[in-house]
Amino acid sequence: MDTVIDELPLYWEGFTTTLALTLLSAVIALVVGTILGAFRVSPVPTLRWFGTVYVEIVRNTPLTLVFIFFVFVAPQLGWTPSDFFAPAVVALSVYTAAFVCEAVRSGINSVGLGQAEASRAIGLTFPQTLRLVVLPQAFRTVVPPLINIFIALTKNSSVAGGFFVAELFGVARQLTNAHPADIIPVLIGIAAFYLIITIPAGILAGYVERKVAFAR
Amino acid sequence: MSSILYDAPGPRTRRRTMVWSVVGALFVLGLLYLAYRQLDSRGQWEPERWQIFTEPPLGQSASDVWRSLLIDGLGATLRAAGIAAVIALALGVLLAVLRMAGTRWVRWPVTTVIEFFRGLPVVLLMFFGVIAVGLPIFWGVVFGLVIYNSAIFAEILRAGIVSLPKGQSEASYAIGLSRWQTLFTVLLPQAIRRMLPSLVSQLVVLLKDTSLGFIIGYAELLRRLQLNTQFFGQRYWFQFFVVGAAIYIAVNFTLSRLAVYLERRGTAKAAGGVAKADDAAIGGTTATGISV
Repeated sequence: MDTVIDELPLYWEGFTTTLALTLLSAVIALVVGTILGAFRVSPVPTLRWFGTVYVEIVRNTPLTLVFIFFVFVAPQLGWTPSDFFAPAVVALSVYTAAFVCEAVRSGINSVGLGQAEASRAIGLTFPQTLRLVVLPQAFRTVVPPLINIFIALTKNSSVAGGFFVAELFGVARQLTNAHPADIIPVLIGIAAFYLIITIPAGILAGYVERKVAFAR
Repeated sequence: MSSILYDAPGPRTRRRTMVWSVVGALFVLGLLYLAYRQLDSRGQWEPERWQIFTEPPLGQSASDVWRSLLIDGLGATLRAAGIAAVIALALGVLLAVLRMAGTRWVRWPVTTVIEFFRGLPVVLLMFFGVIAVGLPIFWGVVFGLVIYNSAIFAEILRAGIVSLPKGQSEASYAIGLSRWQTLFTVLLPQAIRRMLPSLVSQLVVLLKDTSLGFIIGYAELLRRLQLNTQFFGQRYWFQFFVVGAAIYIAVNFTLSRLAVYLERRGTAKAAGGVAKADDAAIGGTTATGISV
């Protein structure tokens, strides 16, 4: 227990790095994923295929392999970043974007066909249909899975610890090395920091889901 | 085709779509060309580099390389995944049953445990298994996978049981079955069937997660890739990466197709229908957990 208290600054550093990794990747993944999601529901076949291929490849690739690409393979291809934080953010964003894309797509597809047909029938233009009818309904379906995706992203950021980023899991390895006698309390401390993020977010997701659930 | 966003196109829209298709194709081809040129400027297409898989240098034979990747690497990956899947499924059923127990003295602790394990990174659990429990590396990997995935499986099964029509349990109580008989002979079989696609897509996640063994030093497929590049030289990283990714995608894709097939078959057969695999795969709106 004393070790955990003594090492609190290091824990805090790991925690903030985990948060930074997660938030940065979440924002990038949200933007890229939404664009890809738009590709997948667009009337243009080539863009649809592009989105589908991206999602299928990334979803069937382990995150560790994505990390290997950006940390070990990319330098061979001419990308030599100065630290390990940037490749970690890129790897997490590329991976998470595929899941965001799926959530966006199924959200839009969950809106009843009649909704859009009716709005076209009363003469709304395409942007109006999107803004006033489709997106507000799709948004309700998309938010709970998105929160779950970001919870998963928080946990996935631990992979960065295996690729030289000193986030929470990296700190865990460092501390268990330094304090072989206190391994269990040290790891429980690390677990607690993860749970501080994941459990409230999970409760939030459940709450939002109940709040926006409606008969369709 | 008609979709939520647009009507079946007329001639003018078809023409416009055509134009955008070409623009989109050019965009995609442009990206591919840029990637190709970047790789080319680094000499990644030189035949010599790819001969690592047919006539490798340093006195190794092609079968040595492939054996280290497929038999040792993929073999170790599948072994860990297979054993972990069996134990996690059994434990998942147990946790699901306990979570639905009558007394809160059982229900509450089990719920807490499930929530805890679901909220932790798998790699941390593996690390805990190796360094705190003192398991050998292989069992550490299995430990992490089992702890996390049994919690997820339990949630999937519970969601399946909850989604069954109320009449199922009411009818079985009415014909005099006990609580446990109802659970095991009426509810669970239907829940497992209904959630089969979700269970299979969670298995894909489990298989992908064996790669986390790379981080704690388990010699699975990805570690074999790295060992090969350490032996033959870093310049072969891209080639080994391509082959490793292809192996993973082929195996996972087959499993994913299985999930889709089960879903289709299930919708045709099961009266109540089958939950969509995607719900679990993207941590959908059902309480099937997060399998990103």
